[in-house]
Amino acid sequence: MSGDPILTVDRLMMRFGGIVAVNELSFTAERRKITALIGPNGAGKTTVFNCITGFYRPSGGAIRLTNDDGRTMQLERLGDFRITKQAKVARTFQNIRLFPGMTALENLMVAQHNALMRASGLTLLGLIGAPSWRAAEERAIELARTWLDRVGLLSRADDAAGNLAYGDQRRLEIARAMCTEPVLLCLDEPAAGLNARESGGLNELLLSIRNEQGTSILLIEHDMSVVMEISDHVVVMDYGVKIAEGSPQAVRDDPKVIAAYLGADEEEAIAVMESGT
Amino acid sequence: MSATSARPSHAAQPSGSAFILKKALISAAVALVLFSLMIGIRTEAGPQGGLIYWTRFGDLAALVGTVFGGSIIIELLRQWWGPVDKEHIVPKPVQAAMSFAGRWLAPALLVFAFLVPVIFYNQRYILDLSILVLTYVMLGWGLNVVVGLAGLLDLGYVAFYAVGAYSYALLATNFGLSFWVCLPLAGILAAFWGVLLGFPVLRLRGDYLAIVTLAFGEIIRLVIINWQSLTGGPNGVSGIPRPTLFGIPLDNSDDGLAAKLGIDFSPTHRIVFLFYLILAMALLTNWVTIRLRRLPIGRAWEALREDEVACRALGINVTTTKLTAFATGAMFGGFAGAFFATRQGFISPESFTFQESALVLAIVVLGGMGSQLGVALAALTMIGGFELFRGFDQYRMLVFGIAMVLLMIWRPRGLIGHRAPTVFLERNQAISSDLVKEGHG
Ligand SMILES: Nc1ncnc2c1ncn2[C@@H]1O[C@H](COP(=O)(O)OP(=O)(O)OP(=O)(O)O)[C@@H](O)[C@H]1O
Ligand SMILES: [Mg+2]
Repeated sequence: MSGDPILTVDRLMMRFGGIVAVNELSFTAERRKITALIGPNGAGKTTVFNCITGFYRPSGGAIRLTNDDGRTMQLERLGDFRITKQAKVARTFQNIRLFPGMTALENLMVAQHNALMRASGLTLLGLIGAPSWRAAEERAIELARTWLDRVGLLSRADDAAGNLAYGDQRRLEIARAMCTEPVLLCLDEPAAGLNARESGGLNELLLSIRNEQGTSILLIEHDMSVVMEISDHVVVMDYGVKIAEGSPQAVRDDPKVIAAYLGADEEEAIAVMESGT
Repeated sequence: MSATSARPSHAAQPSGSAFILKKALISAAVALVLFSLMIGIRTEAGPQGGLIYWTRFGDLAALVGTVFGGSIIIELLRQWWGPVDKEHIVPKPVQAAMSFAGRWLAPALLVFAFLVPVIFYNQRYILDLSILVLTYVMLGWGLNVVVGLAGLLDLGYVAFYAVGAYSYALLATNFGLSFWVCLPLAGILAAFWGVLLGFPVLRLRGDYLAIVTLAFGEIIRLVIINWQSLTGGPNGVSGIPRPTLFGIPLDNSDDGLAAKLGIDFSPTHRIVFLFYLILAMALLTNWVTIRLRRLPIGRAWEALREDEVACRALGINVTTTKLTAFATGAMFGGFAGAFFATRQGFISPESFTFQESALVLAIVVLGGMGSQLGVALAALTMIGGFELFRGFDQYRMLVFGIAMVLLMIWRPRGLIGHRAPTVFLERNQAISSDLVKEGHG
């Protein structure tokens, strides 16, 4: 672990009444790297995401984001929409949350809300159709078009998001998150429900996001082929605590990890063990 | 592939002629059981005090037959016309005719609206009615921002209408300010109250939001009734100045418009002026709303209606977005209120009851939430229809209740249920209403 962390999670605690969903969890995510967060069902992975992206207020601990220019932000104090707006952390959801009644293009336009809001002079310039606003809108459409193209949905731009196939919706949600121009992208099980071909395409997309945009990625994933193939670093959780971390190979061979998966679900354990062979 | 996977429910919807016949037979059987006693046999006290009865099997048969036939017709209509989540089996020419009407209806209505004072110049009743319809069109369009776009169910919209009306009435009668100065003030004040209402309801959803907004509407009305020293209480405010054409009064005085133009004075001038005034105000509301929909704020409203959690994940400030929706809707309500005050010349709390809120909300829901044309059509039908049935006072509500229930069966998402996208790359295609969310609160 050499040191240019973008995200430092420090002894994060999250309690729900008596349940301790996340217990003294500490890990870091490196800049321009793909960090995977894995663990059996109910391990507390989504809860960690919800704390990082401000949907839950942590019961304890600190979440620090270090910007490219070295400034740090305490995400647990920022809260809610400011985490995306100011700290530039974007996320997707385990159960896709698009705007189903809006077109794919509109979904990506909504993602650029804050930039466009500024360009429209808090609506006033936009209302009178000022040229500066028009230009900004053109640029926003262009950015949206670029991302639609990258996720292979350009031909579906004018279709309602709710009408897209499942795999397409997953990719559209990633494109939408990228349209907020984040420094850290948090993906909650992006490969869930994808077939082998689609998840291969997803791997390429995520690698290209890391390499071309330089966006750091934090990834929750059950699909071990995805985790093993693209992640630079893996953090393994079980019952809210970290049980292992390291390179994909190291984690895969770790007896504690195998035991955790065996205890939880035989199929998943076999998937972990077989993914290397 | 996506088209079929997204609409899995269709296979389960029965539609064949066997199904229609079966349904009609069941309805007829139920009607037979019910009506055989109610209509088939009639009893009366005889002249000797005994009970006499006679049968009316002819009437009974006719009624059961009507139910049978009616059931078939309704079922056929249902399948041709919607409900919108069903596969349409509308014949091609009908579809073409409908899309043609859809394209030309709005411009035709607009042209017609401009010509109303010309066509009906001598029919004061029609002019008055048109002004009323346009007032509700404007209110509907204003509420549409809150309910249709942002998906926030507001049952107290009349409060802003009242704030606008009283703002103008009080400013004009107490300080002698003119209509044109007061109009923006009325809008600003109403928007201010919209924000005030917005704050406490930010965290509320659905039913809770509806209840609090309903209470807000009542509170404003009760304050107006009880704050006698300012508002005149139940007596209202009278002697509200009539609007002027940029300072030129529309009366028969020496410096009135008629005298200036050298034409004979007629009270119709003022009515025509009021007509064009409310038409302009309504069109302004429409223009601003259409414009806002294509701006980030309007898209954020619609996104909020679709999924609030996703909005937050995209860095959208949900609080200010909701407040701007409330404020914008309230502002238009305030404008309409100022117009109402200047048209009536007298206002009292009686004009701002919950019934008004319900009526405007009904217009928005009936029109198809979010659709500008739908709201205009709904206002025309509701207000115009109300007047048509004025002669049959007793049945008016009954007929309207039935009409609304039928409409909601056939078109549960309103007259115009689909949504037009705000931006497109290649194809500007409407989005079917079964995908569009209604909002959660
Ligand atoms: N809002 C909440 N209230 C109460 N308990 C919660 C809440 N959110 C999560 N939990 C609990 O926290 C634990 C961790 O849940 P979490 O969703 O984070 O698991 P996960 O690792 O994402 O699992 P999966 O792989 O199934 O998505 C579970 O026991 C869950 O019941
Ligand atoms: Mg999860």
